[in-house]
Amino acid sequence: MEKSLSWREFIITRLIQSSGYSAILFVALIFFFLLREGLPTLGEVDASSLFNFRWYPIESYFGILPLLSGSLIVTLGAALIAVPFGIGTAIYISEIAPRWMREILKPLVELLGGLPSVVLGFLGILVLSPFLRVFLDLPTGLTALTGSLLLGGIAVPTVVSVAEDALDSVPRAYREGAWALGATKWQTIWRVTLPAAKSGVLTAVMLGVGRAIGETMTVMMVTGNAPVLATGLGSLFSPVRTMTATIAAEMGEVANGSTHYHVLFFIGMVLFIISLVVNVIASSVVFRAKKRAERILS
Amino acid sequence: MKRIPPSFFLTFLLLALSLLTSCGSSNSSPDSSSPTNYIENKGSDTIVNLALAWAEKYQGEHPDVRISVTGGGSGTGIAALVNGTVDLANASRKIKDEETSEAQANGVTPVEHIIARDAIAVIVNPNNPVNELTLQQISDIYSGKYTNWQEVGGEDRPIVRLSRETNSGTHVYFLETVLRLGSKEDKTLFSTNTLLLPSSEGIISEVRDNPNAIGYDGLGYVPKDLKMIAIAKEAGGEYVLPSIATVNDKTYAIARDLYMYTNGEPAGIIKDYLDWILSDEAQVIVAELGFVPAIK
Repeated sequence: MEKSLSWREFIITRLIQSSGYSAILFVALIFFFLLREGLPTLGEVDASSLFNFRWYPIESYFGILPLLSGSLIVTLGAALIAVPFGIGTAIYISEIAPRWMREILKPLVELLGGLPSVVLGFLGILVLSPFLRVFLDLPTGLTALTGSLLLGGIAVPTVVSVAEDALDSVPRAYREGAWALGATKWQTIWRVTLPAAKSGVLTAVMLGVGRAIGETMTVMMVTGNAPVLATGLGSLFSPVRTMTATIAAEMGEVANGSTHYHVLFFIGMVLFIISLVVNVIASSVVFRAKKRAERILS
Repeated sequence: MKRIPPSFFLTFLLLALSLLTSCGSSNSSPDSSSPTNYIENKGSDTIVNLALAWAEKYQGEHPDVRISVTGGGSGTGIAALVNGTVDLANASRKIKDEETSEAQANGVTPVEHIIARDAIAVIVNPNNPVNELTLQQISDIYSGKYTNWQEVGGEDRPIVRLSRETNSGTHVYFLETVLRLGSKEDKTLFSTNTLLLPSSEGIISEVRDNPNAIGYDGLGYVPKDLKMIAIAKEAGGEYVLPSIATVNDKTYAIARDLYMYTNGEPAGIIKDYLDWILSDEAQVIVAELGFVPAIK
């Protein structure tokens, strides 16, 4: 009896352990694959033409700067929308809303998170972009801003649900302590609850930004895909081409093993590295914050 | 502290059970003899959908014939014909002289058959007062020389250029024929702020919606509510609207013939197939796919 139990224990432990390790294995394999397909680029295209302003792959112009700047400006716009809006919604749901309201809002936000991005793209083409063109008097409605607004909408549910969980897990005693000291509801939220949930909220922001930078379908449908170098915030109102849309649009037709094929993988590598850097920065900030809190508590 | 009555809010996702009904249909096919008549068809990606549609229809009517269709590009198709690995090569351009001499060295005589025509219409919003442009003007619009409709006789509006993605055959054809006016030395490129849209639909909906836009698409795909531009080959020339008639009499500028090449004069099943392709029945499919039927 006892022996079979320990056997089962052993197998289950190993299974769980291996599924944990498999995540590391998959990331490593993906990165290895990207390197293998992307690195030949550096031998085929010299750095000066790779970091150039012109992307026209069928005539061997492989300047990835317009794509990089396009992705960054769309993501930045999306973050500017999703972060305040998402954290605000999370605070409202977790701290302010009455219970019945919270029970309506939470599933609705989660439902919004489940909307397929193609559907949002349709909305963008048919409703948002004509509206923006007329409202802001732009030459065309297919701009970075349109992409940012929709990506913001895609990232908000992610930010809300993670940030709300973090706020929810702040012990009730913290708030009661603040109230007992005479703090108002706003002071309690801003000075006590939010700082206490800081690491969770930061994770929420990072996940939201990650969701935005990796999104492809919506962006491809609404940003116009013109490979123009974005030079400032004014570029928000003109068409841009993102890295993800470029890979999605061009991968299907490219000849296997050609320079263009390698450059597309190189762009994938750049995307991977960007999200890696974002994650490392986020976790190091969270880690440092935790250490200081522990010092104070001890 | 006030006791909150335990509220049980249940948010269940109802999983609909999809019933997998396995139908036990007997699969006894009537054709007992395996088809011996096999046609290998390869080449231009522009034509590949058309060739597939033809092959499908033809095989439906002639169960004894098998036609295999693959793309890869005009050059690939012609190279395969030269090597003798295909019976029919699809090409969206005429065979080059060096390809012909290479073929002859290999004992292959390529014979040309025009199977359909392809025309690109330049489209604008119906509210745009511009009706006609020369090829040079369209080239200058797309290369970024003109940025306002005023410069080509329109209203004071910015020009928004729309194009298909670079991997589309239409994009390349438009680049070569319109932007570079057919000149090989010309290295004109699309202006970088040309919007590259992934589908014909995207171009059509933006042109329908936006009075600043100019776009292009295969003639057969242009819906009636958009305005097609009449095009003159050179300044002072006659402005011609695209239509089946003007494409076939070669007065419309942005049109090309689509070809199939055979080794020598076709005979047997290949001749039957080519004759069928030029029949009215097969040419209806041409129009359905957005090309222009070849009128003999």
